[in-house]
Amino acid sequence: MPKQSVPAIVVDGVSKSFRIPRERVHTLKETALHPFRRSTYDTMHALHDVSVAVQPGEFFGVVGRNGSGKSTLLKCLAGIYGVDAGSIYVHGQMSTFIELGVGFNPDLAAYDNVQLNAAMLGLTKTEARKRFDRIIEFAELQDFTQLKLKNYSSGMLVRLAFSVMIQVDAEILLIDEVLAVGDAAFQQKCFDEFARIRESGATVILVTHDMASVRRFCDRAMLIEKGRIVMIGDPEDVGQHYLELNFSAEARAAAAQLTGAVGEPATEPAEEVAPVETAVHGDRGVEIVEEWVQDEYERRTAAVPNGEPCTICMRVVFNERMQDPIFAFSLTDDHDRIFMDAGNVNDARGSGAFEAGESVVVRISFNAHMAAGRFHVTTSVARRGTGLDVLDRRDRIMSFVVTAAQETSGMVLLPYELDVQRSEQRAIL
Amino acid sequence: MSAPGAKLELLGPPIQGPSALGSDPRRFLRLTWVLATTDFRLRFFGSALGYLWQLMRPLMLFGVLYAVFSQLGLGGEVKYYAVALLTGIVLFTFLSEATSESVRSLANRENLVRKIEFPRLAVPVATVLTALFSLVLNLLPVFLFLLVAGGRPRWTWLELPFLIGALGLFVLGTATLLSILYVRYRDVEPIWDVVLQATFYASPIFYTAAYVREKANETVLWLMMCNPFGAIIQETRHAIIDPSHESAASAMGGAQWLLIPAFVTVVIAAIAFQVFNRAAPRIAEDL
Repeated sequence: MPKQSVPAIVVDGVSKSFRIPRERVHTLKETALHPFRRSTYDTMHALHDVSVAVQPGEFFGVVGRNGSGKSTLLKCLAGIYGVDAGSIYVHGQMSTFIELGVGFNPDLAAYDNVQLNAAMLGLTKTEARKRFDRIIEFAELQDFTQLKLKNYSSGMLVRLAFSVMIQVDAEILLIDEVLAVGDAAFQQKCFDEFARIRESGATVILVTHDMASVRRFCDRAMLIEKGRIVMIGDPEDVGQHYLELNFSAEARAAAAQLTGAVGEPATEPAEEVAPVETAVHGDRGVEIVEEWVQDEYERRTAAVPNGEPCTICMRVVFNERMQDPIFAFSLTDDHDRIFMDAGNVNDARGSGAFEAGESVVVRISFNAHMAAGRFHVTTSVARRGTGLDVLDRRDRIMSFVVTAAQETSGMVLLPYELDVQRSEQRAIL
Repeated sequence: MSAPGAKLELLGPPIQGPSALGSDPRRFLRLTWVLATTDFRLRFFGSALGYLWQLMRPLMLFGVLYAVFSQLGLGGEVKYYAVALLTGIVLFTFLSEATSESVRSLANRENLVRKIEFPRLAVPVATVLTALFSLVLNLLPVFLFLLVAGGRPRWTWLELPFLIGALGLFVLGTATLLSILYVRYRDVEPIWDVVLQATFYASPIFYTAAYVREKANETVLWLMMCNPFGAIIQETRHAIIDPSHESAASAMGGAQWLLIPAFVTVVIAAIAFQVFNRAAPRIAEDL
């Protein structure tokens, strides 16, 4: 793209907040009875000083967790919400698709629905008529133009909705989460169509939490969290950051729930604690007091990118003298399948002697080649020998997540190379 | 790269949020027209007897009221009481249909409002327009009845478009105001039902101005004519049915008094537009 080109979209310091009334005065009666009562409300800051420029022809992804403000941003771009501060500049004809088939009336035929939709979008009658033929052709619904939508199959409906969306001559497309619908074949069609749009040089803003499509299509991506931009950059990096953000938040929530349940036994009785299934074989001279996962820089983490070095640690306190205890870690996946066992039970050298009162950290380090998913850690310490005489054991005491850029149905995601070797023989023409 | 600033002047003005009318009046008109005609067709072609059902409501009301009130002599000394009654009912049906449909119109189209940027005012205006189509169809039997009863075409029939225009403006203002109030206050709907009921009895629908003059007094009639709706019914009867129905001007005791209902109509429309215009940017989030 030429350097001096005008950006397709400039968002300049945009803030947007919503007022959420504490006690909602919903009636004229109340307002009339208490004319001077100020209604109190909470302000929710959905967007906070967001600035970004999107260049013409860019496929720009906006990702964020639920409630991060990404959809609010899209609605501000689309002109559905007014902004509180800042400005948005749009250069070019823009079209917005927040939902497939919005405003479709089931009692109307396809033709009328498309006309209605065109009027909503501000097209003229001639434009709308021309567009109708293309839409019907793309949706392959030529035989059903006079059929009411309520008699359409859901597949036909989605096809119509999607081609209504795609058949606009907009230079800028705003697309929100539409990929969430439809079966695999339809999604493939969406992907093909996105590829085509991308080729055609249109500017596309895609708001989604499907990282796969962001990686696949976007030239750049933006991550927002709590209404602020976390990062803008390469979709790969943004995707990674997003997954980490997502899973660490999940882990934090789980931890908060756990400690909350332990901290307030009076309010929440035993059921809260029960699902954690923490079988403790303590009081036998050894206690596992802490366990965590850390990355190669010894930072604690709850999410490990696939293939990256990771270390699982447990801190063990000895209450009595112990000779050659056996330390073991076991990783299970969400289906309770044991993914990996690691320990020193087969290590003939022994782990050495530990004095009473001594505190040690036991670590296993490996490269996380597993497929994306959650893994639960069970730690145990056993007396020397077979490893069956367990002194302390914490079942599924903690979990961490492995993130991967690549989808796989396998359990592991090992680095591999694929090459195609041509045969030497050639057919003689 | 993401820090704008230098090139802003190349971009033209920033986009506006949603508004009542939008920036392109043609778009507003076309959208309003498409919404109105679509709604109208839906109502009509939904059933085989579309037009008959459409007529049924005013005609049924007419039948009942006629059976009751023609015996009571509520007509006073005027000709064609039956046609006068039907005229009142048809006009009231328009008022009632347009306004009560408009109350929920924005809420009913919530999905659109929250997902597409379009001129918001198109929604209540289209609702009123749909009701206006019905009014035109409903007026056909009025003329039929009149001709059957012995009335003859007169030059004053030409007043009708202006009267409908005036009524349309009054109804449009009211409907717009109601639709935007409903976004914030959900009790607008029952309140408006009551107001409509009161309007029905407080307007010369099943009685005539002559009857009011006879049974009550001038002041009551004058007050009735201050309501634009009342004045319009009276003038319609005068212009369409028979000169024995006195004109709105004479019912008020002078043409200058007609400025009052005219003023009321304009003020309501102006307030409605102001209120709607101010609230329009936030409809999507307030709903």
